[in-house]
Amino acid sequence: MNNPKIKIQGLDLHIHKQHILKGINLEIPANKITVIIGPSGCGKTTLLKTINRLTDEYSGVKHSGSITIDGIEVLNTRNGLTEIRQKAGLLSQRPYPLPMSIFNNVAYGLKISGRKRKSALRPRVEHLLRMASLWEEVKDRLNDPAASLSIGQQQRLCLARGLAVNPDIILADEPTSALDPLSSQAIEQKFQELSGQYTIVMVTHILRQARRIADYVIFMYLGEVIEFGSAEEFFSNPKHEKTKAYLSGVFN
Amino acid sequence: MKRVEEIFFRTLMYGAVLVITGLLFLIIYSIISKGASSLSWEMVSQTPRGGYYFGKEGGILNAIIGSLYLSAGATALAFFISLPVALGMNIYLAKYRRMVNGLRFILDLLWGVPSIVYGAFAFSIMIMVGARASLMAGIITVGVFIVPIMIRAMDEVFKTVPRGLTESALSLGATFTETSFGVLVRQCAPGVVTALLLGFGRGIGDAAAVLFTTGYTDYIPGSLSQPAATLPLAIFFQLGSPIEEVRERAFAAALLLTLIILLISVITRILSNRFNKNRINF
Repeated sequence: MNNPKIKIQGLDLHIHKQHILKGINLEIPANKITVIIGPSGCGKTTLLKTINRLTDEYSGVKHSGSITIDGIEVLNTRNGLTEIRQKAGLLSQRPYPLPMSIFNNVAYGLKISGRKRKSALRPRVEHLLRMASLWEEVKDRLNDPAASLSIGQQQRLCLARGLAVNPDIILADEPTSALDPLSSQAIEQKFQELSGQYTIVMVTHILRQARRIADYVIFMYLGEVIEFGSAEEFFSNPKHEKTKAYLSGVFN
Repeated sequence: MKRVEEIFFRTLMYGAVLVITGLLFLIIYSIISKGASSLSWEMVSQTPRGGYYFGKEGGILNAIIGSLYLSAGATALAFFISLPVALGMNIYLAKYRRMVNGLRFILDLLWGVPSIVYGAFAFSIMIMVGARASLMAGIITVGVFIVPIMIRAMDEVFKTVPRGLTESALSLGATFTETSFGVLVRQCAPGVVTALLLGFGRGIGDAAAVLFTTGYTDYIPGSLSQPAATLPLAIFFQLGSPIEEVRERAFAAALLLTLIILLISVITRILSNRFNKNRINF
């Protein structure tokens, strides 16, 4: 790959004495959807959270190796944690709206990334809510608590909030697993629209979802990357025995 | 067998509820029945005149004001210490779980130390530096003694915030401080208020820690360096009187103390419910 957005080299990660990620080497392409699949507990989420250094907040985490975003080291640096996290936003398994109004949830991202003028906030918030296809549903109730939205709407709100800090990368950890089918579809559609401008790395348990939206697929098993390739090739012509077994549903 | 078990525990539960509420009402009944008749406008609007403690004219305005000054000061002092510590334990230090648990253990021990010990400790320091009983000394002593209570009360509330919420704020690039005040405190506002009330209640009701440190006076304190009277001590001194009328006044003072706590609880509850609007129920 000639221009990888995220480059992971020799990444090993231990939590206390458990070896969670083992010698990961990956080059994740820019402005594409890369989907990580694999059975539960294989390290998918940990890998995702290592990219934006959320693993820093866990007790007993030790890592070695390197991760670069646009050629800049992000794993072995003490500085710029805020910038790294703003560059690679996380959409979690279930929505966690902030305890404030709908408007302020989106404005929060803008505020902490330094845009504080009130007059400038409103059009930006509207733009972001439109990007997340939420504007039409909430435009008359922007001051209502975020908790008053449905789970599906909350997840789109979290997406809008995440986009507010101007990320390059969207890390999504099973973002549709708590949602109803329609909301899931909305999120998938959004990802496909956004993939032109954003590098999306998504963990999923749903093979059909991976087939629908993936440009590239990573298959992980017990902390190792077993196979990585373009979606077309991955699904039509898997090379590794374990991948074949997983795709045919032998283990889950 | 299942039915017997069910009936047994239900009886136990109702019994417990009955005992607790019964006790509460008994206490309230006894202070009302013994004190209500002595409660008067004069009592809450005047300071003691000559011979007040022998049943003559005057009131306990000095103790009311003194108590409010003391507990407000101590609560404020303790709050400014406790909030950052409780937030730190749940954000900054969250990943050093052993250390935080050690801290919790120490705080629980401090919570259990009787207030007279804090009073005696503060008194010994005051002797060392040659300070006299004053409002300031009382505020610091009571403040220090309610700090562990407040920290642990807030800590228990912050602990309930799901990790995902803190993580989503951090993922936006929020700093620890922004996450603490923008997200944790907002989400936990009612719990923080409860912690504040708990501290205030302990502070205003405590007699032992203020006995040596704040002293007692018939005057309303004009500055932090003067001694101050407090309601619990006013109750204590009057209750020991051989004169019936004075003992009744002690109960009236107890009733007043209860009313003050009730009033402040209700007001802060109403205020905290306003903040509660945006809380997320996870």
